[in-house]
Amino acid sequence: MNSPAVILRVTDLCKSFGGVRAVSSVSFDLSDGELLGIIGPNGSGKTTLVNLITGFIKPDAGGIRFRGKDITGWPPYRIVTLGIARTFQMVRPFYQLPAYKNLVVPLYSPRVRRLAGGKYGDRDAVALDLLEEVGFERDAYVSYKVASALPQGYLKRLELAKCMALRPDLLVLDELFSGLSLAEVAGIVPIIEKLRFQGMTIVMIEHRLKELFRIADRVMVLNYGEKIAEGSPETVMESDAVKKAYLGSET
Amino acid sequence: MKRRKERIDRGIKARSEDIFALTSYREMLYLLFPRAVPVVILLGLTPLLSPYWQEVLISTAVYALLAISWDMLICAGLVSLGQSLFYGIGSYIAGALNYYWHWSPLFTIPVATVGGGLLCTILLLPVLRLRGIYFAMVTLVLPLMFLRLVEATRILGGTEGLTGLTPFPGQLTALYVIQLGLLCALFGFRRIINSDYGLIVRGINDNDRAVMSAGLNIHWYKAQVLFLGASVGAFTGAFGTHLDMFAGMPGFALDYSIMPLAAAVVGGTGTFAGPMLGAFILVPLSEILRALGALRIVFYGLFLVIFVVALPEGIFHYLQRKYHQFERWVEVE
Ligand SMILES: Nc1ncnc2c1ncn2[C@@H]1O[C@H](COP(=O)(O)OP(=O)(O)O)[C@@H](O)[C@H]1O
Ligand SMILES: [Mg+2]
Repeated sequence: MNSPAVILRVTDLCKSFGGVRAVSSVSFDLSDGELLGIIGPNGSGKTTLVNLITGFIKPDAGGIRFRGKDITGWPPYRIVTLGIARTFQMVRPFYQLPAYKNLVVPLYSPRVRRLAGGKYGDRDAVALDLLEEVGFERDAYVSYKVASALPQGYLKRLELAKCMALRPDLLVLDELFSGLSLAEVAGIVPIIEKLRFQGMTIVMIEHRLKELFRIADRVMVLNYGEKIAEGSPETVMESDAVKKAYLGSET
Repeated sequence: MKRRKERIDRGIKARSEDIFALTSYREMLYLLFPRAVPVVILLGLTPLLSPYWQEVLISTAVYALLAISWDMLICAGLVSLGQSLFYGIGSYIAGALNYYWHWSPLFTIPVATVGGGLLCTILLLPVLRLRGIYFAMVTLVLPLMFLRLVEATRILGGTEGLTGLTPFPGQLTALYVIQLGLLCALFGFRRIINSDYGLIVRGINDNDRAVMSAGLNIHWYKAQVLFLGASVGAFTGAFGTHLDMFAGMPGFALDYSIMPLAAAVVGGTGTFAGPMLGAFILVPLSEILRALGALRIVFYGLFLVIFVVALPEGIFHYLQRKYHQFERWVEVE
């Protein structure tokens, strides 16, 4: 038994909104330390899948197990406490707060306290360090600016830093690269690779296939809420189903 | 030597948020002055007032506390139209303890404050998940339900209420009790809301999903905030009970719900000082207008509209902005 342990197991997950089957019978396993990419045309159910895994919506059917524990239907805060963090496709900072104060919120969570051995420590200092890690230049005082004054690139980094503050075992990134320039993406990729190197399991929802395929171990394709392909980036790229889905949606 | 103008708060803000980083008495004064104003006015002027205006001051302080309680709830996004629920519950708890078991106000008031806060929190717990107008509807309906309950079942004295309760030793004692409560609530709540805990509470209001994704149970935090607000409301009820020597159905009156809301809107929400200021304008104003007889409400309404139209941000926010813009001359090399 040399294969790494399964950290997340999703079985036959279903969710409909009215008549729309946003996610239908999706199953997959995630191994510890893996980087899984999830792709699919707009409206194919990627964000819904993230919301299901992180407890923001409850599935109609199916199950989610994290480290062997059934977390189906759990509220988000309990799932986070267990070790799953997520970013939002639409960034959700606290706009009127300085960037570093945004991190004080996750740093206040029970998970952080437990990992730190029962005490919180100096939240502001930890926040500033985290922001530096995701590329907020310390000399330029970007960390002290209110979030509403930050450009999109920084807001995305802030979103990532909020997750890192929670020191999750599984990190789910919902289109972190969307709306960013090539240079900005190139700036964030090393941070993700570093997290991976530290042993974090990562799920990346992405539209930027080129960047994703370079770092993903495995890619899963959704279309109309169904899983239509899965495998290494090379095989998925060649698969007929994927070509059809992408061509079909883009014309 | 050239001179230029500089805002006083600039240097203070840049150095630190903490008081000990101040470098001059002038800056110390700048920070202390607004904090000293309510303390000095409340405690200093009190003995100078005529008994009639002392009474007005008492009812002003009661409404100010209810407005502060309302403001605490709004910080977590809970819109309350039922401050009278807190007042009524606190009033009946203190009244019952005094009437049936002859407890002294020294015990009824603290017990009613905490117990009333708990009871109101438990009552509203099932609807804490509702947002905005839905939560507001429930808070509006609950006091009315209690009214009819007391009327129909004749419990707690029925429509007569509980009478002959222990009064305060004197008007001045009562005045200092309510003022102490007011200052504690004002500075205590301001401290809480400016801490990291308060950051999360305010975060729930404008971005609840972000707080949830940070691994925090927003319903638990909302319940805590509700408890804090409801306790302050219940305190005013318990106080009013011993002041009037009576606990009864008027405790659930709509006045206790509407006036705090008006005070908060006029004064400026989210600061506690604003709603308190609003109460200190509106309640005495209503007393002064008493001379107008039937036209009182008309003029009162007119004033309300003028305030809200002229300073939609609230009087306190306006004053605060002006105060921060105070300038001083500095010498430039
Ligand atoms: N809260 C919701 N209410 C109703 N329909 C929704 C909701 N969320 C998503 N949907 C629908 O579910 C489908 C999948 O959406 P989504 O998961 O956002 O796709 P993706 O993230 O892949 O673009 C879409 O048809 C969308 O309209
Ligand atoms: Mg999406």
